[in-house]
Parts: sequence; C-alpha cells; structure tokens
Amino acid sequence: MNKPTHIEAGGCREAPILKERGQREVFCGLTGIIWLHRKMQDAFFLVVGSRTCAHLLQSAAGVMIFAEPRFGTAIMEEKDLAGLADAHEELDREVARLLERRPDIKQLFLVGSCPSEVIKIDLGRAAERLTQIHAPHVRVLNYSGSGIETTFTQGEDACLESMVPVLPETDARELLLVGALPDVVEDQALSLLDALGVGPVRVLPAGRADGMPHVGPNTKFALLQPFLGETASALSRRGATQIEAPFPFGEEGTTMWLRAIADEFGVDAETFERVTAAPRARARKAIAAQSEGLNGKSIFFFPDSQLEIPLARFLTRECGMQAIEVGAPYIHKGLVGPDMDMLEVGTVSEGQDVDLQLDRCRAAKPDLTVCGLGLANPLEAEGLTTKWAIELVFTPVHFYEQAGDLAGLFSRPLRRKAKLQVVAE
Amino acid sequence: MKLTVWTYEGPPHVGAMRVATCMNGLHYVLHAPQGDTYADLLFTMIERRNHRPPVTYTTFQARDLGSDTAHLFKDACQDAYDRFKPEAIIVGASCTAELIQDDPGGLAETMGLDIPVIPLELPSYQRKENFGADETFFQIVRALAKPCDRTKRLSCNILGPTALGFRHRDDIEELTGLLSELDIDVNVVAPYGANPSQIARLGAAHFNVMLYPETAESACRWLEREFDQPFTKVVPIGVGATRDFITEVIGLTGRAACVDESRLRLPWYSASVDSTYLTGKRVFLFGDATHVKAAARIARDEMGFEVVGMGCYNREFARDIRALAKEYGVTALITDDYLEVEAAIEELAPEMILGTQMERHIGKRLGIPCAVISAPVHVQDFPARYSPQVGFEGANVIFDTWVHPLVMGLEEHLLHMFRDDFEFHDDAGASHHGGKAVERVEATADQAPAQVQADDQVVVWLADAERELKKIPFFVRGKARKNTEKFACEKGVTEISVDTLYEAKAHYAR
Repeated sequence: MNKPTHIEAGGCREAPILKERGQREVFCGLTGIIWLHRKMQDAFFLVVGSRTCAHLLQSAAGVMIFAEPRFGTAIMEEKDLAGLADAHEELDREVARLLERRPDIKQLFLVGSCPSEVIKIDLGRAAERLTQIHAPHVRVLNYSGSGIETTFTQGEDACLESMVPVLPETDARELLLVGALPDVVEDQALSLLDALGVGPVRVLPAGRADGMPHVGPNTKFALLQPFLGETASALSRRGATQIEAPFPFGEEGTTMWLRAIADEFGVDAETFERVTAAPRARARKAIAAQSEGLNGKSIFFFPDSQLEIPLARFLTRECGMQAIEVGAPYIHKGLVGPDMDMLEVGTVSEGQDVDLQLDRCRAAKPDLTVCGLGLANPLEAEGLTTKWAIELVFTPVHFYEQAGDLAGLFSRPLRRKAKLQVVAE
Repeated sequence: MKLTVWTYEGPPHVGAMRVATCMNGLHYVLHAPQGDTYADLLFTMIERRNHRPPVTYTTFQARDLGSDTAHLFKDACQDAYDRFKPEAIIVGASCTAELIQDDPGGLAETMGLDIPVIPLELPSYQRKENFGADETFFQIVRALAKPCDRTKRLSCNILGPTALGFRHRDDIEELTGLLSELDIDVNVVAPYGANPSQIARLGAAHFNVMLYPETAESACRWLEREFDQPFTKVVPIGVGATRDFITEVIGLTGRAACVDESRLRLPWYSASVDSTYLTGKRVFLFGDATHVKAAARIARDEMGFEVVGMGCYNREFARDIRALAKEYGVTALITDDYLEVEAAIEELAPEMILGTQMERHIGKRLGIPCAVISAPVHVQDFPARYSPQVGFEGANVIFDTWVHPLVMGLEEHLLHMFRDDFEFHDDAGASHHGGKAVERVEATADQAPAQVQADDQVVVWLADAERELKKIPFFVRGKARKNTEKFACEKGVTEISVDTLYEAKAHYAR
C-alpha cells in the first residue's frame, strides 16, 4: 500500500487491448450537459433532438436538480423531418424565445444529437447565423453530444473543443488547466499551483463567458480529465503545448501531475517539497484510513466514464487492489499512456459487448465491480458488490484532499456489504 | 420544434419498455444508438428492479450508417434469441433508427425464428410514452391471445399495470383481494407479471378490469370485440370510486356483493375533528388523466378540499379532463409543457399540489407542499411498504399521503397565533418535516414599498400593509396578496393600505 512515487516496469501501455463491439451500457455525450450547465453559470445548452434526448437528460438529471436547469431540448417533430429549411427557421424561433425568457444567457450551445446528426441539420451554420443575430450579447457555439458519435464524458470534450477556436489569442506564457471540476477542487488546484509559484493560471471552461482564458503559442496546458483528447488537439492546433502526466487521482497521481507542471515552469525541488509535503502526508493518511478493506481485493471495471484507467492505477498502486479487467469506452494512449505505464492489469478492454463482458465478470467473481447505473442493481442482486460509476464523475475526487474520499467511494460498498445482517432476496 | 425543459412522458419506445420489462419470457430487440441504453436505469435505479430490462439494443454508431445497419439488427436479434431464449420477441426502432428506415419488423420476419415475433410501429416524432405502452400491449395481445373456453368459475383479467407505473405493483394485490371478496378469480394480470403463454389465455376470463386506460384501453376494446369480453370503466381509486367499481362489477356479472369495509378508515379520519383544518384547502391537481380524475373526486368529496385547478399531460384524455374540470368549475390545463404548469400553479397559488415528480420541483421552487399521485415518478415513489392506491386500503394510503406534506391541524393554529414565537413562525416550517427552525428576521420599518405591476396598473404596497400581510400564515399569504392586488385594481386603488387588505379579505370572503 502507498508505494513510493516511481514508475515501475510492467505497465499495460503495450499490452494487447481486447476490442469489442456490441451492445453498450453507457450514456451518450449529451449527459455532459448535466455538470457543464452548473459549471458555466451564464451558459445554456439547447439540445436539438428528439423526445428521447429530453427524456435522457431528465432521467440523468431530474433526480438531482431542483433548480431551473440551464438546458433544454428543441424537440424535433414530424414536420421538422420533412424539410431542413423549415428546421432552421424553427430553431431560430425557439432560440429567440429562449433568449427572451432568459436574458442572463451569454453563451448558447447548440448541441447535436443522434437524430439531428442523421438528418444532417447543419448546426455549425445555425450557430454562425444565430451569433450574428444575437451578438454581441450572446455567443452561439455548437457541438455534437450524439450517441452515434460520443459516449458520456466525450460530451464535455466536444463542448470544450468547440470553445477553443473562439478563445482570444495571447503570447503570454500561461498555464491553462483544462476540464470542468467542482469549484472546491478547482480552488485547491489553483492554490497548490500558486504556492508553487506557477502562474498565471487559467481554467477552461471558466465560470462565466467574460472569464474565458486566452490561448497562444506560449500556452502550456494540463488536462484535468482523461477524456479531453479532442480539446487537447484543438489547443495544440492553436500552438499550445500539452504537459503530459498521469491524472491527479490519489497522492501519487496528484504529485506526478504537479511535478510535470513544476518541471515545465522551473519550480525547484525544495519549493516543490515544501509545498507538497504536508498535503501528501495528509492524503496518504486519509487513503490508508479509507482504503481499509480494499487491500488484496479484486476489481473489475465496466466501461463508462474514461476515468477507469487512471482510477485503476490509483486503486492498484495506492490501495493495494488487483485489477482483473479495466474496460474503457475508448482508449486514447496519448492521454492515458502515462497512467497505463504504471498499471498492472489482467485485461484492458475497449468498447463493449455488454453480455460478453457480463459473462467474464461473473466468471471472475471480482470483490468489487465498477459499472453504470443500468447494471449496478442487477449485479448486486446476483451477489456481486458494485460501485456505481456515475459518482466518480459527480463527486470531488481529484487532488490530495480528495484522495481519501476517492478511496472511500470504493471501500464503502464493501463495508456496507459487511455491515448488513439481512440477506436480500 | 418545441422547446422543453422537463417532460412528463418519454418517447414511445420507453412505453414499450415499460411493457416488456414487467413481463416474463418476452424480449425486446430495439434498433437504437448506444445512448438509448440510458432507459435501462429507469428500471434498475428508479424502480430498483433487480434484473436488467429484457432489451437488446443494436447500438449502431455513425460509422455504421454508411454501411449495412440492417445486418446489425439481424445479428442483435439472433444473439438475443440464442442467449435469452424468450417465448416471444417484440421488435422496434427508437427515434434515430426510425430515421434510417431499416424496418426491424420486416427484417425479423425474414429470419424465420420459431417463436412469435411482434413488430411495433411507434412513431417517435408524433407519439409518446403512454401511447407506446398502450400500443405495445395491444399488439402483444392481438398477436398472442387465442380464443379459448371460459373458466368454470367466474374470472376476470386485470389489464394495464406496467413497470414504472405509480404503485401498480401494490394495486394488483389490493384489487385481486377485492375481487376475491366478490368471489371472482383473477385469470391473468397483464402486462405486469404475465408471460406470453398467459397472454394466450386472456380469452378464458369472463370480463376484463381496465385498471389504467392509458395503457390498456386498446387491448380492452379489442378483447371486447374479438372475445366478447366486457370491461370495467371505473378505476377503483378512492372510496366512492371503489364502491362504484363494485357496483359496476355486480352489473357485469350478476354476482351479489358482500365486500368487507371494516378496514376502510378514510371516511372516519376525514370526518374526525382533527381534519377540520383540511376544509376548503385549495389544491391543484396534475398528472395522468386516470389519477387526476380519481384524485379530483377524493379531494372534493372525501377530503373536503377545494379543487382550484386540474389538468393532465396526456392529450389522448383531454376531452375527459375538460369535461371533468367543468364539473368542478375550473378550467382544465391540458399540456405537457412543464413551464405552463408552473405558471398555472404560481397564478393559482394553491395550498397544496397533487401532482407528479415534476410538480415536486415546482412545489419546491414556489414553496408549496406537494404529494405525488401519478407517474412520472422518482425512486421515492416505489416505497418498500405496501401502499396501493386502489380499493379501500388504497383510500387509507391516500389519506395519509396527502395529509403528510401539510402542516398539522393544530400546528397551523400555533403558527397563526404565535407568529413571533422563535419556533413557531412561517419560515420555521412544519415540525414533522425535519429541518432546523431558522431564526426569524425582524422586518425593518423603513423598507421601500413593494411595487407590483397588476394588469396595466402599478400598485404599491404601503409598509404597514406589507407588514400586516406577513401576519397572515404563509400557506394562504400568496393567495391573499394576489386577491388584494386584484381587488385594488378593480377598485382603481393604487396604494394598498391595511384597510385595503382587510376590505379585500371581506370582499373575497363572501
């Protein structure tokens, strides 16, 4: 447990990947709206889609959000399918109605869905036209969150990517943090970097439209989430340089992530040690307390959020778990390669044929199974202990102060199972 | 296109899933992109079902669209057949697959499977969830039900309960008990809990109980026509409706009734003195037509509430609800636009909402208590305990459920009397709802008078009147404020004083 920070041989970067296709149990990219709309306070997300899209967002968010959501769906009807010119007019009308009702909106995202992609509604053109109509008050951008193009967290990637081309140009040498994090975690990252003397630091996405970061050839950026590949490419096209590192989960991941930035910005070893020593010790202590019961236990990841590889790295190296299978919706080695270098795992799988994967899971009988909401209760009913993956996206889990909580998310289902004295039917 | 924030109904294929998921031995092969698997969690998380919905999604992606998605469908269909060995398969498309026009029904037919394959035509861009459930159940019945001899003993089918329905699980049990008291057997309950071979035996019943018209009316009408089975029209939710239902069943069967009402407590609880505070409480009803219809009668006749507004989201029942609303002297709100419902509730300022999970959001925003009477629902609406809506036990459950969100009878008086008490004041809320009593904030004397735009006239609340208004208990304050402003406008008064407030009170008290 709590092995020291150094890269060992035996990572899985070069191991063969089991690639599957078949039925998937994963959300589509529209779901990213659920956290993005709370993160960007003056943005509104308008899905151009079907009743299914509206129902999906409601099912994913409706149980949690008791505030007026800053998202909606322009539901396509029969007549919209008849002719596309009509669809654009209809969209203009709905957007005008929306902006009239919500004058606080400064950024409007038109979000493409499966049906709008299939009938090829040109949302790029619509966004340009609507920007002209509603400028300068509102900027209209577009991206696709469709399930034929994206899975779950890829929606955030598509959204952030759509913002990159309109970020103002700068020549300043700045650090850009990329990814939507809970405010409390973002603040912790900023204060750690500030203590290291790294700066100026900007964040994409910013909380408000007028706070959006600038970007240019001297921008160095670090990703906060392992699913932001397209955004990273877009930033590179603007001349920015990526700082590669494992993702900041757990004490080790956080330290390596910070170290990569510190190296880039010339922070001396003494300063790094002074700033990180105390939080590192705290994180190790918290992990030790929270991960009690995880040591020696096996874990199986169904693909869900793209967080699987970095999390498996954390659980195997810092909590003493054994990873039987780590599945991810897709694997971008350019992003999760550094994590893969440190991960020992039985099988790495990409994509999904859910029935085949369920067969493997049942055969392996893992102590803990990480899966989406559609599978969690059925697997519990079969006697497996599960961690529903969505909490990993909706709970603050990054950086030192959350490392204990992160371990706790995984140990809680096991502790719970041990506590309950009644047998479920 | 139509802008929507929350929706009351999902797409029609979710209705089909509600039917498939509650049945046994049936499998649904759904041509759909990967994102559509979200619907599984409605059943596994919201309803806490312990198995996956019996649905196989084809999960096509953008790169498949250029090639052969029909092949993908056939493979998925064959895999589902091999793996799950169902007694029958229903096949259909979700909204996106509908656009690529693969014709799942036709494709499945060519596969020559040795089990019934039932194609579903569910137009995603025209219809919604309840239609999907009704149509799916109808198609299953039409394809599988065979003529058969009637059972020797008098029997009926209970038709309509589905997965994700509001208390359907317990309604089946309660209704079965009620019918057994009438010495009537239940032949088949469907779709909930039925398998295809039981559907084949629907014709053995002497009549059908149409428990939820939203999901069973087409099937009931078809069975009436094809198998000469009459069906009941009264849904036995509430005391009066349950008695009417019994009368209707007696009329259909000629069976003499002897139903034990000794468990029924609603009438006495309603009549007991503690319920005096319920008298004339202004309630707003919204949900599916069946539950709203039943709730209206219970609210007015069995609880002594005043129904100040009602409506439903399923347009198929618009005519019924409009007619009913007229009877209650209100205008029906037929809409699936959540914002419209919110606006109506805000305008009417009721003291309680009887609605759906969506109205819980509205209630929370507006500070109005809400009890849920209809789907769409939340995980909390699938309680572990037995809590039916139908029959006499259902009436008892409804009494409890509706009273619970309200401040208790005598507590209302305390709030009124000891407005300045640090524990009993408006913002403290009801004492049985949890939450900590918050410190009362003293109103400052020099507050700017509130300006209100009423009709085309500006009305100003004088500070005294504003303070006096705050003395009125919070659960009627909204209405008092509105009435006073309306009164002032009608009288051409531009400043509301304490006198205006009381004149308005006297005016509306008539």
